[in-house]
Amino acid sequence: MNLWQFLSAHRAEVAQLTLEHLFLVAVSTGIAVLIGVPLGIALTRRPALSRPILGFANIMQTVPSLALFGFLIPLNIYLFHVRIIGGIGARTAIAALALYSLLPIIRNTFTGINGVDPAIREAGRGLGMTDRQLLLQVEVPLALGVIVAGIRVATVIAVGTATIAAAIDAGGLGRYIFRGLRMNDNTLILAGAVPAALLALAADFLLGAVEHSFGRGARRLNRRHAYVVLSAVVAAAAVIAVFTFHSGAARRIAVGSKDFTEQVILGEIVAQTIEARTGLPVERRFDLGGNLAHDALVAGEIDTYVEYTGTALTAILKLPPLSDAHEVFRRVKSEYAARFHVAWLEPFGFNNTFAILVRGDDAKKLGLKTISDVAKYAPKWRAGFGQDFVSRPDGYEGFVRAYGLKFAAVREMDLSLTYRALADGQVDVIAGNSTDGLIARLGLVQLEDDRRYFPPYDAVPVIREDTLRRAPEVGTALNALAGAISVDEMRRMNFAVDGDKRAPRDVAEEFLRRKKTAAGG
Amino acid sequence: MMNGSSIAIAFEGAGLRLPDGRALLTELDLSIARGETLVLLGRSGSGKTTTLKLINRLLDPTEGRVLVEDKATTEWDPIRLRRRIGYVIQEVGLFPHFTIEENVAVVPRLEGWDPDRIQKRVRELLDLVGLDPARFAGRYPRELSGGQRQRVGVARALAADPPIMLLDEPFGALDPITRREIQEEFRSLQRRLGKTMVFVTHDVGEAFLLASRIALLKDGRVVLLGRPADFLASRDPEVVAFVSCLRGAAEVAAAP
Ligand SMILES: Nc1ncnc2c1ncn2[C@@H]1O[C@H](COP(=O)(O)OP(=O)(O)OP(=O)(O)O)[C@@H](O)[C@H]1O
Ligand SMILES: [Mg+2]
Repeated sequence: MNLWQFLSAHRAEVAQLTLEHLFLVAVSTGIAVLIGVPLGIALTRRPALSRPILGFANIMQTVPSLALFGFLIPLNIYLFHVRIIGGIGARTAIAALALYSLLPIIRNTFTGINGVDPAIREAGRGLGMTDRQLLLQVEVPLALGVIVAGIRVATVIAVGTATIAAAIDAGGLGRYIFRGLRMNDNTLILAGAVPAALLALAADFLLGAVEHSFGRGARRLNRRHAYVVLSAVVAAAAVIAVFTFHSGAARRIAVGSKDFTEQVILGEIVAQTIEARTGLPVERRFDLGGNLAHDALVAGEIDTYVEYTGTALTAILKLPPLSDAHEVFRRVKSEYAARFHVAWLEPFGFNNTFAILVRGDDAKKLGLKTISDVAKYAPKWRAGFGQDFVSRPDGYEGFVRAYGLKFAAVREMDLSLTYRALADGQVDVIAGNSTDGLIARLGLVQLEDDRRYFPPYDAVPVIREDTLRRAPEVGTALNALAGAISVDEMRRMNFAVDGDKRAPRDVAEEFLRRKKTAAGG
Repeated sequence: MMNGSSIAIAFEGAGLRLPDGRALLTELDLSIARGETLVLLGRSGSGKTTTLKLINRLLDPTEGRVLVEDKATTEWDPIRLRRRIGYVIQEVGLFPHFTIEENVAVVPRLEGWDPDRIQKRVRELLDLVGLDPARFAGRYPRELSGGQRQRVGVARALAADPPIMLLDEPFGALDPITRREIQEEFRSLQRRLGKTMVFVTHDVGEAFLLASRIALLKDGRVVLLGRPADFLASRDPEVVAFVSCLRGAAEVAAAP
């Protein structure tokens, strides 16, 4: 499907995401203006503060957005009983975007006002204007062109940065981009990127026109007009703030997921199971990037999501890898209870670990069953590994040592390309993900990790203890899924979404229906 | 706010020293009577503008004091003080985003006059400085010549009819003929308005024409304070240098 077909087929969704995007940009830039302009003005009155404050704004701009999100999510900052910073969703995205927008606005306000001809300022003072009068009647109107130029830069930056807001479930065109990256689907990536680029160009053009009109025939800011505009902005900001920040009066069960296909499918399975078995309303907060799902769970923004035991052990608890699955499960269970007040429910029954894969006909011809069987052929074989596998502590180096392997050649390439390379005979063995849908589709065979080198990554729902106390039926409902998903089933569901482009919601529903008929007989 | 004293402005041992110790003005002792026009004459950098800024409290003296209407400037509320003192700054400093009319109306507007009165006053002042209100009121400063802008600067300083006027080279950008015409007009204006004026120039002819008294500044000190006649009689080298400029021009013109 090409881009235009996609956009016209999804008109309503594209419009919705564009509106969400505009909302994020408008509110965050509005907040940055309300903070940055007065701050920039204050700095012209106290130049000694300009270095530390401009320095701070400068540093804010260099903080990577995922790191900033991770820092903001656990915060709980209230203004008049309304939470203004913290948690996942639009609120935190807006706070982060506003922080990114501050620098150009403060800087331009500061330099714009300082750039007013000193003779004009002196004339105003000599005529007996108070500092306020001088500021509002002379300095700000004359600096307006430069200030608007700063707002313009901030807005264009915000349009671009807002695509990352999708990582914390704040919506916007980033949803398409993230989904497209995950599914390796260029059309989807463009469906997010092209409208975002058009938005940036439009914002640049419109604010450029405003800047031009102020820069040239700079007119006096009519006082009445200025007050009308200012009160309109403040009123709009207040209304929007109440809508955004005061959400979710009725307590629902919030289900999260990380930002890859398998996680979204599992999120749907969890959500639909809770809906079907408890009747509680469920809120879906999917596609959380990096470790943000964990941050959101601990912060109480979501109640449950599916985690992998190995990831929890090494990436979250920062403990050394272990190979015994039961031992790992015990460790993470007790550590999570003690550190986070989060409980691990029953494992789903599949392990999403590294899978050493060979072509099906090789396996049959050579009688390969375990990784140890490969040692004999390795000196004549070429191996293809993803960058991640080559670099991580439980990856390539330990793997070849554990099995005493020596390959004729090792090619390092993007993980998604290794499957195709193996199927086409360009390499003879790869390390894939055990639940990847392509394994079945391309007729590949996973060899058994007979020396138990790879740590287990068993998929298990994790849930907040206070949620279990409040709604114990949720725990019971999810434990009904214990051992219910095999590696093979997970592979098929992943392929249904990535390969057949079906909706995760439908794939999950179909799976649950099949389980029910199987169980019900 | 009239009071008994006939002195409008007095410098009492006033000096201004920069934080680094350099003296811009040293031991200024001057009294300017009500209705008098004192001309400050001096070379570039001699301290004329600085002297004016001590009067309307754009600067505070570091030594001695400056009295306006018998009260030290440091005891005046600077805003009230400046509203009583019209100031024509050397660089003109019109507000580029205001029309000519709005520029002239600044102080009356700050003082809260009603719009009809402001409008009437603006037309009156533009007439007074020789700018046709119908042609100029709605223009922006960039649409005026340098000399026209200077006249607007004078009108703006006069707007709220302040009893004291500080004029820093108000006619610097005019051609000699217009300049002479304006000086004559200004002289009759001076008599009609009866304001206390401190007028800065480095043009000796202008000083002689307009001054009740002249103060000649050199390196931040008053070299001579007196009436134009005292000036011609002085033997001080700086005075002689200035006077010879006046004679020099006439002699060059008279030479065959
Ligand atoms: N803010 C300042 N800081 C340091 N030096 C200053 C400052 N303002 C003026 N000066 C110095 O003070 C001296 C007097 O300046 P002033 O502006 O009073 O001269 P002036 O007589 O008005 O000269 P001109 O005829 O060129 O306008 C000059 O040497 C000038 O460089
Ligand atoms: Mg000067």
